[in-house]
Amino acid sequence: MLKIEDLVFEVPLEHDPSKKKRIIDGLSLEVADDQFVVITGPNGGGKSTLAKLIMGIEQPTSGSIYFDGADITTEPITERARLGIGYGFQQPARFKGMTVKKLLDIAAGKKLPMLACNEYLSKVGLCSASYLTREVDKSLSGGEVKRIEIATILARDPKLAIYDEPEAGIDLWSFDRLTETFRDIHDAQGGHSIVIISHQERIIQLADEVIVLRDGRIDRTGTPEELMPELGFASKGINGCNLSEPLDLHLTEIPTTC
Amino acid sequence: MTEAITPIDEELLAEIANIHGMPNGAFNIRKDGKLVERHSSANIEISTKTDHPGIDIHIKPHTKGETVFIPVIVTQSGLKDVVYNTFYIGEDCDVNIIAGCGIHNSSHAASEHDGIHTFYCGKDSHVRYVEKHYGEGEGTGERILNPVTNVIMEEGSSCEMELVQLRGVTSTVRDTNAELADGAKLVLTEKLLTHDDQTATSNMKVELKGEDSSVQVISRSVAQDRSSQVFNPLVIGEAKCRGHVQCDAILMGQAKVTAIPGIEAASEDAMLVHEAAIGKIAGDQIVKLMTLGLTEEEAEQEILEDFLR
Repeated sequence: MLKIEDLVFEVPLEHDPSKKKRIIDGLSLEVADDQFVVITGPNGGGKSTLAKLIMGIEQPTSGSIYFDGADITTEPITERARLGIGYGFQQPARFKGMTVKKLLDIAAGKKLPMLACNEYLSKVGLCSASYLTREVDKSLSGGEVKRIEIATILARDPKLAIYDEPEAGIDLWSFDRLTETFRDIHDAQGGHSIVIISHQERIIQLADEVIVLRDGRIDRTGTPEELMPELGFASKGINGCNLSEPLDLHLTEIPTTC
Repeated sequence: MTEAITPIDEELLAEIANIHGMPNGAFNIRKDGKLVERHSSANIEISTKTDHPGIDIHIKPHTKGETVFIPVIVTQSGLKDVVYNTFYIGEDCDVNIIAGCGIHNSSHAASEHDGIHTFYCGKDSHVRYVEKHYGEGEGTGERILNPVTNVIMEEGSSCEMELVQLRGVTSTVRDTNAELADGAKLVLTEKLLTHDDQTATSNMKVELKGEDSSVQVISRSVAQDRSSQVFNPLVIGEAKCRGHVQCDAILMGQAKVTAIPGIEAASEDAMLVHEAAIGKIAGDQIVKLMTLGLTEEEAEQEILEDFLR
């Protein structure tokens, strides 16, 4: 489905544009048909950048990206979307005047029946048909916009769906519904692959393969069973980086009058 | 019947008033300064003014669910058409009024239509008013529309006004004035798109005179190419009232938008708020729609259509 070869992405340094910072550093990976991959790792490790490079939102400095055997490295976003790549944004855009229904229709590429729309919304925990006529603007909360964003990918039903931190900003109840939805898509084995960037244990557990990204390179890969103990969600933090104990603070010395 | 309806006229009428053929109920169609056809209904009477060019529209008290169409079309180059239309809406009505002006100018001389519309909204009446302005034609002649809208609202009346100008009008100066009595409620929505070298000025003055009166002014506009727009809405609160003014503009090319929303309170219980924002289309909106398979141009078009919906 997806094959990435020796991908490099550099950005000029802000204070010295003649020097470059490497965000993705010679990365190669493959995602098979029907595979569910979770990319995790520390902040600043290059996860979101990698997702944007796959969608074409960013252009790589060097390296190649293949989708279903075709080289798409220089293809624009629109073309990649039409080939079957979908992308759920971490921070979704808002649109004044556009209804949720309209956005779902655009995503699906056709006018959807109401029933289908309601189904997509309920899969992300938005259980009210009244959302369809709401505008995707500031009147919706962050969590609502985020779930509508995910619903647009469900409506689009791409061959390869990439989600950038779908759990961010979503409440626990909706999150439960969401993990079920991801599992259902995966269980259906309809030739559709899923790549999710996530720090959530429950999402990582669903994966066929977990990729830990660090400093723009693949640090480790493995099944959730192999990697979960190392990832140490319970107490250790990644790579045994223990949470620091509070220093000897004398609470009385902190002014509380400001 | 003094004028015939041509295919161009039919297109203009469909564009501005969404009517195909002759509408049902009460209507008055005016072309090039002359009456084409008029029809009154049992509750709505349309008559020619005796002092000025134009018509009086009397709507009987308790009229519910009726619609009046009063479209105007101008196809003659060099014509300046000034018309006064006055609506007398009785108590406890619930009616729709569809107005609008379409200009087709295929020559080099200017065509101008200045419609002065006055509404007397009776006690507890509800009025929905839609006015669409549109210009077209291959000629270099200017297409000018200078509408004046006056609304006098009695106690407990409510009015939703939608004033729309989406393309083709070379220059426009719009003046909208309203006076609200106790408990009256006005929602004024203005949607404007200018392109090429067009200019548009919109002046509004809403006087909240009565207790518990309220107004919401929503202005959404798109300025493209080298066009320029000026917004000058002013809401004056003279009693315990609520007023909200919102100007939102999308800027493209070398266009220019000036927004000067004003609020003036002469009562300590007047609650008035204004906000104005001008900016280009956000990049993340375009990228999102491209990831859904739209091209950059299609995405831009979609965003503008929704914004002005």
